[in-house]
Amino acid sequence: MLVYLYMIDVKNLTKRFKDLVAVDNISFSVKEGEIFAFIGPNGAGKTTTIKMLTTLLDPSQGEIRINGYDVKKQEHEARCSFGIVFQDPSLDDELTAYENMELHAMLYKVPRDQIKKRIEDLLSFVELLDRKNHLVKNFSGGMKRRLEIARGFLHSPKILFLDEPTLGLDPQTRSHIWNYIENLNKKEKTTVFFTTHYMEEAEKTADRVAIIDHGKIVAQGSPKELKAQTKTDSLEEAFLALTGRNIREEGPSNKMMRFGHR
Amino acid sequence: MGSLGQPLLFLVALGFGFGPIYQKAGGGDYIQFLVPGIISMSILFTALFSGIEVIWDRQFGFLKETLVAPVYRSQIMIGRTLGGATVAIIQGLIVLFISFFLGFRLDNLSLLPLAFVFMFLIAFLFTALGTAIASVLEDMQGFQLIMNFLVMPIFFLSGALFPIEGLPNFIKVITSFNPLAYGVDGLRGALTGAAHFSLLTDFSVLGIFVVVLLIIGSYLFSKIQI
Repeated sequence: MLVYLYMIDVKNLTKRFKDLVAVDNISFSVKEGEIFAFIGPNGAGKTTTIKMLTTLLDPSQGEIRINGYDVKKQEHEARCSFGIVFQDPSLDDELTAYENMELHAMLYKVPRDQIKKRIEDLLSFVELLDRKNHLVKNFSGGMKRRLEIARGFLHSPKILFLDEPTLGLDPQTRSHIWNYIENLNKKEKTTVFFTTHYMEEAEKTADRVAIIDHGKIVAQGSPKELKAQTKTDSLEEAFLALTGRNIREEGPSNKMMRFGHR
Repeated sequence: MGSLGQPLLFLVALGFGFGPIYQKAGGGDYIQFLVPGIISMSILFTALFSGIEVIWDRQFGFLKETLVAPVYRSQIMIGRTLGGATVAIIQGLIVLFISFFLGFRLDNLSLLPLAFVFMFLIAFLFTALGTAIASVLEDMQGFQLIMNFLVMPIFFLSGALFPIEGLPNFIKVITSFNPLAYGVDGLRGALTGAAHFSLLTDFSVLGIFVVVLLIIGSYLFSKIQI
């Protein structure tokens, strides 16, 4: 078998919804152990791209390889290679925090004798241990978010997708979580692919950044390279220089998700 | 609990309402005839509507979590189906239990395990059907609409309320394509000893339906896009 250098390898990826082109012929690749940030204005195609990378949505065109596996033909093998923290809620409201974690641990085949300890460690990491037997439907938005992140860390995937993981969290929790991710990346060589609207997060943690706008990648490189390319001092300014200052309208699917978020 | 009301109402209203007429027509004890039909009905309703959980999970986002998991989607579909079927069987058992208070008597106690087998097959079959349909739909309204359109004909043309023997030929033909007809018949055979088809026919037809629906359902479930 061919040894793949890239953990994520995307070629000419396109996604059309009827006449709307959500993702327009993008290509990029992420090496093993790299932290890759995918940033762009609202409605740029970030979440659509993540959905295609994680086998939730079929691409209209193009090729995606995850850990060397073609997501179209070897979707099961691809699924065995990654973990994901979704942007919008994906918890079972009718279960407790612990049960949500336990279900995930079973789905991802965490060894039985480690399940309890891992869950309790992670729940205490996101400060939800005292709430472990409470139903998720009674949680606040921030608590649900923290639980989703803790759940994403439960098993140790080769690739971790994080779709706006720290959205709506306070700065303390955000920095806490990023420390954990960086640590995971160093210790276990986990490849991390994340999207965010917090430019300082991307600037601080990402080895490489791709900026997507209107479904196209307008620039990619290390934060340093992007700043040099646009002659700016921060990634935020580089981002604005590349994508303009107009406020974007969100697509209809995005709006629906937001609605579900409340 | 709420879903128990309907079968009980049917049992009491029809059982006592039509009982005397049925007896006069020479059919014997109508409760004996009706109970297997009503058990099948309560299983049918619960099983088919349990498909809505797929749509529920889709709208609340939880479905994604299971779809990206490193587990074959066919396994997830079968797991969901078994879960829904369990609830449906419990419904059926409760109705059976209550019917003893309305004068229902088993024909042959040793056939009771066989009755459980038929209840399981009915539950599994219609949960798989409900899940398969829910896999291709995105909203609750559409699901409700299709279910209402499906559930009543399946129920009325199954021989749950009246014997198939006396029906006009064209209805008999339609009935012979209705899987619930075999479920009701098998259950009636096992509980009261009076079956229209043979129990082996009932078992085989239900078994084939279950396998086919599981295959179709797994396929549709594995094609879900979010």
